[in-house]
Amino acid sequence: MDEQKKIILEYVIAEYVDEDDDVEVDLDTELISGGLVDSFSMVSLKRFLEKKYSIQIPDADASPEAFDSVNKISALVDRFVNK
Amino acid sequence: MVYSAEIRAAYQAQLDEMKDKGLFKEERYIHGPQQADIDVEFPAGADGQKVINFCANNYLGLSNHPDVVAAAREGLDAHGYGMSSVRFICGTQDIHRQLEARLTEFLGTEDTILFPSCMDANAGVFEAILTADDVMIADRLVHASIVDGMRLSPAMRDTFKHSNMKHLETKLELHQDKRIRMVIVDGVFSMDGDIAPLDEIVALAKKYDAMVFVDDSHASGFMGKTGRGVHEHCGVMGEIDIVTTTLGKGLGGASGGCVSGRTELVAMCRQKARPYLFSNTVAPPIVAGALKVLDLIMDDTERRDTLEWNTDYWRKGLTEIGLDLKKGDSPIVPVMLYNAKLAQDVARDMYAEGIYVVGFFFPVVPNGAARIRTQLSAGHTKEHLDKGIEAFRRVGEKYGILGLGKAEIIEKFGK
Repeated sequence: MDEQKKIILEYVIAEYVDEDDDVEVDLDTELISGGLVDSFSMVSLKRFLEKKYSIQIPDADASPEAFDSVNKISALVDRFVNK
Repeated sequence: MVYSAEIRAAYQAQLDEMKDKGLFKEERYIHGPQQADIDVEFPAGADGQKVINFCANNYLGLSNHPDVVAAAREGLDAHGYGMSSVRFICGTQDIHRQLEARLTEFLGTEDTILFPSCMDANAGVFEAILTADDVMIADRLVHASIVDGMRLSPAMRDTFKHSNMKHLETKLELHQDKRIRMVIVDGVFSMDGDIAPLDEIVALAKKYDAMVFVDDSHASGFMGKTGRGVHEHCGVMGEIDIVTTTLGKGLGGASGGCVSGRTELVAMCRQKARPYLFSNTVAPPIVAGALKVLDLIMDDTERRDTLEWNTDYWRKGLTEIGLDLKKGDSPIVPVMLYNAKLAQDVARDMYAEGIYVVGFFFPVVPNGAARIRTQLSAGHTKEHLDKGIEAFRRVGEKYGILGLGKAEIIEKFGK
């Protein structure tokens, strides 16, 4: 697993999984359509990525679909980091 | 025809789907006033059944108190039935301002503005006082009305894990570049009955320069030694920037709510909060009744003391017979059953035993956390409580759940 995906996965688990939840999260786990992350909580994830990678993700690109798994989020970050 | 047969059928299909999933809500008709002993018609058309009510928010037993009813009647005679206007045109009477002043005194704040309901107060307050330069940081279990209000505000929205102060602190750090950070919690969380650690929240707010918002709807009138709310319970009276609460639960149970707090924030709501600007306020007889409620509970603490005794007796009784309760200090006492069908079955059997309780399950509470939420009232006598405990013992025995913990109940019934 590359470093970026590892960092995002660790953040997602720390942010959205409670200690007594028996939920397994991997790179393809559906975060939003699977009910783990709601639209409110997505805000802090976007803000974390922007600060961590010194990028700006326009609201139009920060769709629930683009945030629906760690793999998808990592791909989104790549689009802006490599610009 | 605009409302075509196809559209009608589509709506009916949605309603049928709710029924199939067990999510369809049905009303039960109470014949008579709200109180501990009620006569209930359910299903519609059935003969009335006398039951003891353990699912009302009638915490202080004031919904049918003779002094409150008399005050409302006098208010009706002296001030009429309605105002036919919003507040700022010609819909404000002397008693509206009296009630706002009395609530300010009761809650220990700087000023208060009435709303038609606390749902409206929460729906209007965030849009009125916050901008796109600000952030709202809410506990993940806050009431739906707060979630709706946050959606209407231009401020950034964020959340923290339920009552997790470490997580809240990371969020306050993350948002240091915002103009205003507002921490948003319920005083008593309505599904679990647990209490927000307001002393710790206020300490964090001071450390990270944040404001604090509390919805004390399930606390006003009885939490704290003189019933002022969770801010009194936690020793932080005067340090909460915004308290919203309702007149529809402990404080008489009719309708109406308020935003109470810093002078300028209340003034901003008076200028900008849309449910205040575009809706009539609380009707005169209810205002008069609410003033009497505050007289009754500010004069002495007997009712909240009785509620505290009842809650303690109920918790001990249900624990002794072997039920699994959520821990807490509030008069919301959830009996944990974990399985949705079990919660529905137990509630139905309790009703047959003459005890009115309601099962809650997903999506109202998390999957695998189904429960029966019981609520105590100062209007319950020891005899009411003993009957309720005995009914739980009989029904619990029938399902073989007495003495079982979470893992054992889930093993037996599934999640």
